[in-house]
Amino acid sequence: MKTKEIEKKANLIRQDIINMLAEAGSGHSAGSLGMADIFATIYFSGIVNHKLKDPDRDRIILSNAHICPAMYSALARSGYFPIQELLTLRKIDSRLQGHPHKGSLPGIESSGGPVAHNSSVAAGMAYVLKLENKPSKVYCLVGDGEQQEGQTWEIAMFAAKYKLNNLIFIMDRNTIQIEGETEEIMPIEPIRDKYRAFNWNVIEIDGHNIKDIIKAIKKAKKSKKPIMIIAKTIPGKGVSFIQGKHAWHGRAPTKEQAKKALKELRNE
Amino acid sequence: MNNIKKSTRDGYGQALVKIGKENKDILVLCADLTNSTRTEEFKKKFPKRFIQTGIAEQNMMGLAAGMALTGKIPFVSSFAVFSPGINWSQLRVSVCQNNANVKIASTHAGLTVGPDGMSHQALEDIAMTRPLPNLIILSPCDAIEAEKATITAVNHKGPVYIRLTRPKTNIITKQETEFTIGKANILKQGKDITIIGHGPILNNCIQAAENLKKQNIDAEIINSHTIKPLDKETIINSAKKTSRVITVEDHQKIGGLGSAVAELLSQDYPVKIKIIGVDDKFGESGQPEELMKKYNIGTESIIQAVNEILK
Repeated sequence: MKTKEIEKKANLIRQDIINMLAEAGSGHSAGSLGMADIFATIYFSGIVNHKLKDPDRDRIILSNAHICPAMYSALARSGYFPIQELLTLRKIDSRLQGHPHKGSLPGIESSGGPVAHNSSVAAGMAYVLKLENKPSKVYCLVGDGEQQEGQTWEIAMFAAKYKLNNLIFIMDRNTIQIEGETEEIMPIEPIRDKYRAFNWNVIEIDGHNIKDIIKAIKKAKKSKKPIMIIAKTIPGKGVSFIQGKHAWHGRAPTKEQAKKALKELRNE
Repeated sequence: MNNIKKSTRDGYGQALVKIGKENKDILVLCADLTNSTRTEEFKKKFPKRFIQTGIAEQNMMGLAAGMALTGKIPFVSSFAVFSPGINWSQLRVSVCQNNANVKIASTHAGLTVGPDGMSHQALEDIAMTRPLPNLIILSPCDAIEAEKATITAVNHKGPVYIRLTRPKTNIITKQETEFTIGKANILKQGKDITIIGHGPILNNCIQAAENLKKQNIDAEIINSHTIKPLDKETIINSAKKTSRVITVEDHQKIGGLGSAVAELLSQDYPVKIKIIGVDDKFGESGQPEELMKKYNIGTESIIQAVNEILK
């Protein structure tokens, strides 16, 4: 798929996120909107094999599990379940849990919630796939606030020791977490140097530039070490009154705000 | 009973080598305690299937979940104070919520850890694991049963926690004794009192029963090697026969087998119950037998409890 078309998909993902969260009445707006371009690239550029029935598929794991609306939308728009079902997010009997659960919803490889938990799961998968010389890569999306969790650095050591070059982490570096700016709450910088010191490769990109994202993933696939793609993103990207505001980390738009947001997104 | 003493962790280590040979999907993870957890033999025999994680129990549990979700049968090995002591959330979310086929084998449970003292004596692990859906909890009483528990855990699809102990203890069961998850074994038939225990402390239950015989008290001893799911049928049938039940364990009174039995009997067949366990205290350094006596979970405490309940 061409860049322009991937951008259109990202816009649709953003619209889905707004619709889903407004309907649910709760959820994480900023992080989900900020990762729309990355999800669109992963699911629609053709450079990641996400065919669920293929045993040699790449695994896509969400360690910052709270941004799952973006992933649900990408999965639905890839044809794995009806787009209509997105509106059941966070409701009783839904397959779309508030944090992803490996149940009946196609495309969820592992249940998550507490940050960093699924990063270890991703590393465990990568270990086995490498042991068995499988072609699959493991893509694991992580948050920046998540870097404050100690388990993260246990994983960083492990992946380097076992040279898990099939493990590709993508960090949503949007600089916010629930209570405010990451650098105020508990600084994670210099995050690039930290991963380099842990013997990972690191690439820094603009997380809203599709060409950049594609280039980085292509490069990551050839890495000889575990790799961290630090994607600089704007939380809430695409919706003026959400964009850049940490207050929107864990908040959903009202129906009125959703109307306004959708209007903005459709005019793009 | 023969005279050879062996620890339940030894039984675990032997079983790993045995099943490792037969089943190439078995992986063993250990966090810098290979010798103590008896995973060393497996490591030597199958180095490619042994994963040294370093002192990082949270990651170890999550890794195992990922490995299980990729078709493997990983064993997570550490001390019970570290696993599930440190990595309970990873056990809860990554293993149990995924219903991942991970086996958690934790050694050095209970006061019988001895000289290492309170920080290393896991008296809370059953209380921590019992409320987790999907998880099976096994507590073998000797090396033979530990071997069977390990092999049976592999045949069960889903997470299993196996509680193991440090000291060498008597062999109670026989090679031919049946071991089925959720099916308790009656070690000795009796009619006056039911004693239910798990783990090597069953040795003390047997000693107590022999002593009680001199007082003309005929005790029934049940080996509840599976703590979850509890064998309701065997326990209720025994309670119907004796009308009095004592539970015995090297664990806190709160949240252990005693709690599980009390939950069952109070609702389904109320009889008099006494729970023997550590009474809301941490342990200390000492020899296993000394500690069991001091913390009122040894043979004498069992005899005393029987006499009290029969009064």
